Amino acid sequence: MISLKEVLKKYPKKEEYLIEILLEFQTSKKNHYISSEDVSTISEYLDIPESQICSVISFYTLLSMTPKGKYVVQVCHDVPCFVNDATNIYEKLVELLGVSDGETTPDSLFTLEITECLGCCNVAPAMRINNEVYTSLTPAKIETIINDLRGEVK
Amino acid sequence: MVNFKINNIDISVEENTTILQAARKHHIDIPTLCNYPDLEIKSECRVCVVEINGEKKLFTSCSTIAKEGMIVNTNSPKVLNARKTILELILANHDAVCATCPKNLNCELQTLANKLGIDENRFPTVLEVKPIDNKNPALIRNINRCIKCGRCIDVCKSIQSMNVLDVMGRGQNIEITPAYGKFLTDESCTYCGQCSSVCPVGAIIEKDDTDPVWEALNNPNLHVIVQVAPAVRVSLGEELGMEPGSIVTEKVVSALKYLGFDAVYDTDFTADLTIIEEGNELIDRITNGGVLPIMTSCCPGWINYVEQKYPEILDHISSCKSPQQMFGALAKSYYAEKMKLDPKNIFVVSIMPCTAKKYEAKREEMRIDSVNPDVDVVLTTRELGKMVRQMGINFESIEGSPFDKPFGITTGAAAIFGATGGVMEAALRTVYEVVNKEELKDINFTMVRGTDGIKEAEVELGGQKVKVAVAHTLANAKILSDQVKNGTSPYVFIEIMACPGGCIGGGGQPYGTTAEIRQKRIDAIYKVDENMTIRKSHENPDIKALYDDYLEKPLGHKSHQLLHTHYHSRKK
Amino acid sequence: MIQMKVISKRFGQINPLSIDSYIKAEGYEALKKAVAMHPSKIIDEIEISKIRGRGGAGFPAYIKLRALSNETGNKYIVCNADEGEPGNFKDRMIMENDPHAILEGMVIMAYATGSTQGYIYIRGEYQNAMNIFKKTIKAAEECGYLGKNILDKGFDFNVEVRSGAGSYVCGEEFSMIESIEGKPGRSRTKPPFPTEKGIHNRPTLINNVETFANFPHIVLNGGKKFAEIGTPSSTGTKLISLSGNVKNKGLYEVPFGTSIRDVIFKLGKGLENNRSIKMVQLGGASGPIIPEYMLDMSIDFDRFENFDSKTGTGAIIVIDDRFDIFDILLINMKFFVHQSCGKCTPCREGHVQIVNLLNKFISHRATEKDLMSLENLAYVIQQTSLCGLGQTSMTSIISSLRYFRDDYFAKVRY
Repeated sequence: MISLKEVLKKYPKKEEYLIEILLEFQTSKKNHYISSEDVSTISEYLDIPESQICSVISFYTLLSMTPKGKYVVQVCHDVPCFVNDATNIYEKLVELLGVSDGETTPDSLFTLEITECLGCCNVAPAMRINNEVYTSLTPAKIETIINDLRGEVK
Repeated sequence: MVNFKINNIDISVEENTTILQAARKHHIDIPTLCNYPDLEIKSECRVCVVEINGEKKLFTSCSTIAKEGMIVNTNSPKVLNARKTILELILANHDAVCATCPKNLNCELQTLANKLGIDENRFPTVLEVKPIDNKNPALIRNINRCIKCGRCIDVCKSIQSMNVLDVMGRGQNIEITPAYGKFLTDESCTYCGQCSSVCPVGAIIEKDDTDPVWEALNNPNLHVIVQVAPAVRVSLGEELGMEPGSIVTEKVVSALKYLGFDAVYDTDFTADLTIIEEGNELIDRITNGGVLPIMTSCCPGWINYVEQKYPEILDHISSCKSPQQMFGALAKSYYAEKMKLDPKNIFVVSIMPCTAKKYEAKREEMRIDSVNPDVDVVLTTRELGKMVRQMGINFESIEGSPFDKPFGITTGAAAIFGATGGVMEAALRTVYEVVNKEELKDINFTMVRGTDGIKEAEVELGGQKVKVAVAHTLANAKILSDQVKNGTSPYVFIEIMACPGGCIGGGGQPYGTTAEIRQKRIDAIYKVDENMTIRKSHENPDIKALYDDYLEKPLGHKSHQLLHTHYHSRKK
Repeated sequence: MIQMKVISKRFGQINPLSIDSYIKAEGYEALKKAVAMHPSKIIDEIEISKIRGRGGAGFPAYIKLRALSNETGNKYIVCNADEGEPGNFKDRMIMENDPHAILEGMVIMAYATGSTQGYIYIRGEYQNAMNIFKKTIKAAEECGYLGKNILDKGFDFNVEVRSGAGSYVCGEEFSMIESIEGKPGRSRTKPPFPTEKGIHNRPTLINNVETFANFPHIVLNGGKKFAEIGTPSSTGTKLISLSGNVKNKGLYEVPFGTSIRDVIFKLGKGLENNRSIKMVQLGGASGPIIPEYMLDMSIDFDRFENFDSKTGTGAIIVIDDRFDIFDILLINMKFFVHQSCGKCTPCREGHVQIVNLLNKFISHRATEKDLMSLENLAYVIQQTSLCGLGQTSMTSIISSLRYFRDDYFAKVRY
């Protein structure tokens, strides 16, 4: 994990880099969120009000003000995936993880989210775990992916 | 010039005129909601849409520039239907229990619904009731009533540069709140109340304190007295249906008497007292090499600001209490003695143009017996208006009466405290004459008058030229504070008022305040000054008597005990 | 052959991460030709080519270019790679397969308009494309096609990658500008338009990825030749993102004028399990839903204009007869509820009520009055919303009310 100070050093002190900073720092954090202390630090560095930073974080779905799991599972549910059985994929994930949309598993390993189109409609249904995209999903494939991730941790 | 048609009427306007401006000029009414004079055009509510010939879309008249040959229809069936639908949508996500809302009959949304003839909503309510923020003594935020017009963000950001409020979330879930949806108490809110003054609905309102006042008035064991701030005499009439800028000083006294107050006093008296104390503080600092510039302390919004954002410059703030608090302190000491009353049985109410005064009165420092507040309750101009209406008083026709003694005589210098630059001018009238030991040829310091954000003037004091400055709005206060903080301030004395125009534009003043209305109130304030027999604080015989009788001398022991205080860093 | 590969001709033929591979395949030839031309002549070629924006609205590209070139001082060029419209993946495919073509298009337009700073705004979900593009920029800089004194012609142009962070509306011009400035993507009041006051209130040109990828071909082969492809009103080729219930989902490039039916049946090889088509959604969530009998319609901006919407992205989503029109509408509308920025009333409050009304139909609780309310509300949202999101989000509702009205009546309770 890279510290916030190190991330900040990479960017000029300009408001326009706020989203870049937030994304880079959040990605590097285990629980994928921006804490209120982080907001204060960024606010001071860029000289923009905390209310504005919170406004930005709360606007974008890839940014979060609350902790998430180590793996953020985003499953697409838009029309091209929906007509290709995305509902079953989502249900399989609910079954495997024991949580539903927007929830995090008690062991803080997985957060499940229904997301907007991932632009993989040619290989639907699709999902994304952190920055990795998984396509042409089937319930069996999902099981392997989740089990592999669980195994990695152990 | 641009020639075009609205509703078949030929219209000719200057280039770059919006359709809305053009229509209003020609007395064609287009309803608006998010639009507010002096604030930026947001075109968010979409209520002001009009139809332009040849276009499928409807256009917001507030933001669309009139073009040559345009044919505009402001009331076509398509427009009327869209407007109505939009309003129904807003109402479906609004806590529309109008009869028990403090903004009832004063609500722009309600007025609009009535105007558009909405008697049924096709859309079911989608309101998710959320908690109300009532943790501070000044303002209540009820986001269930918020219609997301963004006016409050505008004043908080651009006029006050406070940035307490912003839009959180997105889509239908947006909320206008402080960061993390926290309470105003957790943020650097100064309680200036400008947000409450522009809110079209009842989403941000002052904390209503009329109940404890009624209770006190009905308590036979209490001696209930009231003080009236300088700015209220040029705005209560407006609040009660008279023209903006109406001077109603004596009517206010009568109305308060009618409400049952035992005595009605003028905060102008302690404004004069402030000038004597603050003027002497300035002279003392100049002659004895004290911390300069000295900055005024009458405005509680400014004090909240400086304590939270610029604690480094607290040394520069005058140690004088504000006129409101000087009055409270005197009421529970000098006045109690004189009237042979137990201070505990004196209940002090103030009528202020201000919401931050509610916070100031609650401060620990503002208790001369360290337990009971010197000022028990602060009411805004609007709240007093409410009490007057509750009692069915016909304000316009009420016969006036003078303020009570012993604080009966006041000066023009005190009256102008209500306008930006007023404290400075009042102080200069006194300091000049005291230091230079000569009478001013012209007592009108016009350099510090007017609504420029930052004003400066140069005066000769004891043979040396010194500079002074005046700022109103916190965005301008920030500029002067930065100079002070960096040691680059060229001034000896700085007046700061948090609200645009000074107290006459305060957060507790009548709704619908605009630059134009502020100017009318300012004009009225200076008229009050002109009509006064005495126009310099140091010539006020009652003030002299107070020193002779009780306080002894400016900055003396008693003064320090009662009239001075200090402020603390509250940096968050 | 139905396909005609112009934009996609290098797909799979070159190594997208190798600038040499690109250069060997005519890469940066157009730029070399362009810098020898007078800037205004380049825009003339674009005008002659009659190319229209590939982002969906189909606005003639030269108009914005000329508007930008007439401005003085700092100006910005932005490549819109915030491909958020469900059913579209063509921009991702270009970025992943031929990224230098996009960059070359941007540099040419920077030269033609006198811009010195560019951005490519890539949606946050496209991590792979973002990584590729960052490398693309670096390689181009190293080879003198980007940065200071490009091709020794004394002009400078820099490009930065900006990441989206999960917001569909940032594909809309002003929302994107706000986002590039580091703010929430909430659109601005128009006018002024981006070409007058965009990023940091400076003139800004925003074009879609596919539009930029077309520019090198136009410059290299001439606008006249380009205009010969397609139809008189819609020139060139179009990348089609074909998805849904077809056998061969994928990206296809066809000249304008090709029929939708040919794309679905000849390129997509028809439906899986020989099912029949219930409906086809064009463009994405903000596009129209049409019945099977309309499939002979050709891919053409003029035809698309009948739907008042951004059909021109080129997405074709085929939906078979297992699905109900309301399944699809509900997904579309929930998408817009989630994606509305919340700034203007009709979009913020309207989509929620549309979902409420659709649910009434789905649960057979709707009355004829509800049908009227739905239709009325859909038109009000379309006519009064501040930005393109609300102005186009109702297309699927409005088109379904036109072509699938019986499906509504079937659910109405009398």
